Amino acid sequence: MKLAAPVESKSLDAPICPSFGRTPYYALFDTETGNHEFLDNSAAASQGGAGIKAAQMLVDHGVEAIITCRCGDNAAQVLNAAKVAMYKAQDGTVTDNIEKLKNGGLSHLSEIHPGLHNHGGVKE
Amino acid sequence: MKIAVLSGKGGTGKTFVSVNLACAADKAVYVDCDVEEPNGHLFLKPEITEKQSVAVTVPEADMSKCTGCRKCVDFCKYNALALLRDRLMIFYEVCHSCGGCILFCPEKALSKKQREIGTIETGVSDNVTVLTGCLNTGEVSGVPIIKELMEKLPEKDTVVIDCPPGSSCIVMESIREADYCILVAEPTLFGAHNLGMVYELVKLFNKPFGVVLNKCLPGENPSEKFCRGNKINILAEIPYDENLGRLNSKGLVSVRESGQYHELFRNLLYKVAKEALQ
Repeated sequence: MKLAAPVESKSLDAPICPSFGRTPYYALFDTETGNHEFLDNSAAASQGGAGIKAAQMLVDHGVEAIITCRCGDNAAQVLNAAKVAMYKAQDGTVTDNIEKLKNGGLSHLSEIHPGLHNHGGVKE
Repeated sequence: MKIAVLSGKGGTGKTFVSVNLACAADKAVYVDCDVEEPNGHLFLKPEITEKQSVAVTVPEADMSKCTGCRKCVDFCKYNALALLRDRLMIFYEVCHSCGGCILFCPEKALSKKQREIGTIETGVSDNVTVLTGCLNTGEVSGVPIIKELMEKLPEKDTVVIDCPPGSSCIVMESIREADYCILVAEPTLFGAHNLGMVYELVKLFNKPFGVVLNKCLPGENPSEKFCRGNKINILAEIPYDENLGRLNSKGLVSVRESGQYHELFRNLLYKVAKEALQ
């Protein structure tokens, strides 16, 4: 399964970034091969719709599940439509969270917030 | 002459000043641009003569023509579109109606669709024509309604534009056509701070302006201090008057009920007209 998680820096030992759509990077992790890579989040500087663009990018990379602290409504609509599973991140590093997910220790993200629109980039 | 009435915060008396100013004129047009919560009609009680729908243009996809080239998704700087394997998702509340996606689609899979976001009501209240913009619940931006309202302003009559509170995009649209801006301020520190925000705005727009100090009590008035410090013209001082509160709570227009306030607002109108023509 291809996993993605928002991260503050390009390291699997970094904590999960609290923002899904405006995180600087995503960690991509393949649970079958154990390979990982980091993606620059081109949506981070968007004036608006960062969550939509970020979700599109992850869907394009074939991501099947994400681990995130929270997720806005628009991004969740894209991820749901693409049948990407959403898991609620816990305290700890990306590696900790991946291990927890493998052991069935993460729950599905149930709360989708209405979005933090216009809080990044240039204000409209 | 077009007069915009604005303030940095809600509850300072924009609607009070706008409604009374319009009613003090021989003949005027009152425009309620506070589209999220228009309330001038509560006082003017206009007889509605026309109700018009305001719509924005958004894209609509014909998936039988879409080849998945993503030109529309990549073009949209607001990220209002997402392309999944078999469907194009369109986020209408993110769309700014620029029409770029429709122009760029090589397959002509996108077409224009009208989506209603609110209404404009036209009515009459004695000597005042009332235009009320109203944004539908749940909509993000009332700017298209303001733009539509601005198209309807007559060139010759006295026009009073009751602006939304604050100094954001929607306020900028509301004052764009104005010949003069009246800033309404409360006698509090918070009031003075928010007066500072709209003061910056009208300076940026290079509009002639003056301040109406509302709810004035004896003693220190931080908004008055702000005006004196920045050499801002104070047009009128409206006292904190329980009689005004009583008239307002009954939904009455003070200049139509009280000779004292009729005179105050006639004088204000005269001052503004003189300043605007300078």
